[in-house]
Amino acid sequence: MSVLSVQSLGKAFGGVRAVDNVSFEIGKGEFLALIGPNGAGKSTTFNMINGQLAPDAGDILIGGKSTARMKPRDIWRLGVGRTFQVAATFGSMTVVENVQMALISHAGRILNLWRPAGSLYRGRALELLAQVGMADAADRPSRELAYGDVKRIELAIALANDPQLLLMDEPTAGMAPRERNDLIKLVKDLVVERGISVLFTEHSMDVVFSYADRIIVLARGRLIADGDAAAIRDNAKVQEVYFGTGKTFQEASP
Amino acid sequence: MTLNALLFQALNGLSSASGLFFIAAGLSLIFGVTRIVNIAHGSLYMLGTYIAYSLATKIGGAFGFWGGIVLTAIIVGVIGALIEIVLLRRIYRAPELFQLLATFALVLVINDATLWLWGPEDLLGPRAPGLAGAVEIFGRRLPSYDLFLIFVAPAVLIVLHFALAKTRFGRLIRAATQDREMVGALGVNQAVLFTSVFALGALLAGLGGALQVAREPANLATDLIAIGDAFVVVVVGGMGSITGAYLAAIIIAEVKALCIAIGVVDLGFMSVNFSKFTLVAEFIVMAIVLVTRPYGLLGKPQGMVRSVAEPEDPIRPATPMLKGLGAAVFILLLALPLLAQTSPYLMILAIDVLIAVIFATSLHFIMGPGGMHSFGHAAYFGLGAYGAALLVQLAGFPMLAALLAAPIIALLGALLFGWFAVRLSGVYLAMLTLAFAQIVWALVFQWESFTGGSNGVIGVWPSPPFDKSWVYYLLALALAVISVLLLRRFLFAPFGYAMRAGRDSALRAEAIGIDVKRIHWLGFAIAGCVCGIAGGLFAFAKGSISPEAISVGRSIDGLVMVLLGGIQTLVGPIVGASVYATLQDTVMRQTEYWRALLGLIILVLVLAFPQGIAGALSSLARKLGRKPGGAA
Ligand SMILES: Nc1ncnc2c1ncn2[C@@H]1O[C@H](COP(=O)(O)OP(=O)(O)O)[C@@H](O)[C@H]1O
Ligand SMILES: [Mg+2]
Repeated sequence: MSVLSVQSLGKAFGGVRAVDNVSFEIGKGEFLALIGPNGAGKSTTFNMINGQLAPDAGDILIGGKSTARMKPRDIWRLGVGRTFQVAATFGSMTVVENVQMALISHAGRILNLWRPAGSLYRGRALELLAQVGMADAADRPSRELAYGDVKRIELAIALANDPQLLLMDEPTAGMAPRERNDLIKLVKDLVVERGISVLFTEHSMDVVFSYADRIIVLARGRLIADGDAAAIRDNAKVQEVYFGTGKTFQEASP
Repeated sequence: MTLNALLFQALNGLSSASGLFFIAAGLSLIFGVTRIVNIAHGSLYMLGTYIAYSLATKIGGAFGFWGGIVLTAIIVGVIGALIEIVLLRRIYRAPELFQLLATFALVLVINDATLWLWGPEDLLGPRAPGLAGAVEIFGRRLPSYDLFLIFVAPAVLIVLHFALAKTRFGRLIRAATQDREMVGALGVNQAVLFTSVFALGALLAGLGGALQVAREPANLATDLIAIGDAFVVVVVGGMGSITGAYLAAIIIAEVKALCIAIGVVDLGFMSVNFSKFTLVAEFIVMAIVLVTRPYGLLGKPQGMVRSVAEPEDPIRPATPMLKGLGAAVFILLLALPLLAQTSPYLMILAIDVLIAVIFATSLHFIMGPGGMHSFGHAAYFGLGAYGAALLVQLAGFPMLAALLAAPIIALLGALLFGWFAVRLSGVYLAMLTLAFAQIVWALVFQWESFTGGSNGVIGVWPSPPFDKSWVYYLLALALAVISVLLLRRFLFAPFGYAMRAGRDSALRAEAIGIDVKRIHWLGFAIAGCVCGIAGGLFAFAKGSISPEAISVGRSIDGLVMVLLGGIQTLVGPIVGASVYATLQDTVMRQTEYWRALLGLIILVLVLAFPQGIAGALSSLARKLGRKPGGAA
């Protein structure tokens, strides 16, 4: 059974059909890239999967369960981690406390009024930070970190509930090419180890073609291609979309 | 009740809607463009009535009246422009909370200025020349002036509507309301736009106030009553929508009129006088609208995201130094009764300070870590105080049982109000909490048979041994220490962290399974509950409780205490409450114009010391290179 199954998904904003009859699946441990020009409907698709938006049509199954009408926090409880396009952490907390919050919530102890939170799951949080290479920054206020480091913290937070599925909308937005590559490589290493499935969007075609197991392409809300790197490179429709905007694959990566 | 009576009240409702519309339209316009909620808008309305009174009586005749109304509107418009230029311009980039407080400071200053200029008596203006009579309608006599008012509001609405649609200025206002960046892009002089919009809003308020001069006496309490009503209207109609303001003004006025028309209803087991519950009805309408349409009937979701104060440091457990300091202060406080033998007044002052500490710490709990800027914390103080006092009076509760019941009653109120409040944020939440507090106030004020009305409940004295002030002081000290330590404990526990998480990034918090609304709701309830302790203590300390003690002024006192100490530190509210309560009991007692004094303190605080005392001290410590005790 697939980890995520998106079935005939549709969403319109006013007259704009942002996502139109999109279907795809992710198998266990698969590293799936969702690409497409700006405005293709990638973020809208993500936001429906993680519960931020309710779809107008179609269904979403996570682990066989329909989540199309569920809230983000309930979807998280099903084992779905996510990072944000604009990184979001708790600015008034230290780095390790950010991760501890996710662990405390995962353990269902958020409503505890008595135990000092600073001592709860600190060890486990430090382990997660070590895995993303941020152990040294554990006790610094998270708002002081550089953007690339915040992305790593987000990753550690996203891994806190032992997810089956990781959703990452433009995880490398605003990063230098070198950093992009490092982050995606890090994600890939971490998820392969744990058998986590990943759905991510990424502008850099180099990164997509070298790391993704499979690629799906959206254009104007419609799914126009689904296959491995070679198949996507040679796909006439995909080339048309990218050349149509006056771009080659190389130029498409900013 | 006959159909005629109902229709007549409906007409009455329409004429009171016009006054409401003028304030609300101005408030809404100003908010739309500048994103400032001008609490002083009710004060401008009140000024309108006073100025129109003076013009009508000094000049006299038809010109004095009708010309006076036009002149008043212009004068108030100019006052508005001055306020914008001198004060508001400096705080457009300040956190919302500071903007609200600054405009509230204006309320205080304007109120005292009015008192100084016109005196404390109500002033009834002359009848409107040419409209002094009445017309026979639905079998009753409706003053012709009321009939005139019914038509003025829609006339002004139509003029405004066309001005906004057809003129360049109007298009700018609409553009700025929808998208502020765009105005900059159009190369508009933003300062001029903001000043003119503020002047226009003030002019509308002044006009509304002036038109009331032939209907109701000028009265010093009008400012807060008017702004409370206007908030409800603006929230119901939708921020930034003038047509919404008109629609909402009519709905609210009609609902009130309906309550009056229904009058006393016999339910068999008891009779209810609906005309006493006009304010409650207003609240119910607002609650329904907020739950079904959070942005009001005709409002649109606004880009309300704005930086919340300065980024805050992580909280750390108390250092040994702070713990030592705390213990030393506690021992000093325990020994205080020994000093009191020479100056008995000291005990009274100390009890006031302790009550203020509980009040401010509980408010800080939701304001700081929760990010919910409640402008109505007095509601829970009032519920605690009235709850305790009424249990003693009507049910013969002993003192300690009443003191125990106080936080429970406050908790129930906070659970109810908080459920609505946490659905909103920013200025909407501030207004809703303020409205709730006004409801509680109105309930105790209007429900005379139960609460004693404006006289309040008297004769609530502590029972022995607490009748000795030093024993009562020790009880207050114990409760204050327990409250402070408990709230502190909560803040260091997962719950407190979750509350901050929801404030820092609701999106991220929801994405890790935290139900932010629920957490904030519980936080709101806890704060209300602890605040109830302060209320109960207050009732027994003074031996009485009256509506005066739980008015909006108390809510604002709390805000000032928290800001004075520093909102970002956990000891801030304790320092702020102590300093402020002491000032209040000493300096402010000396002058009749304490409101203006308080207003000036707030303005200085907002403009010069946004970090508060404890905040300033801890950043000073940091500058001196020591370890920051910042969040201690
Ligand atoms: N909240 C919204 N309201 C209106 N239109 C939207 C909204 N979100 C996205 N859209 C529109 O939907 C389309 C797809 O947007 P999006 O999913 O953000 O694309 P991508 O992430 O692929 O760049 C675009 O045309 C965009 O303008
Ligand atoms: Mg996107």
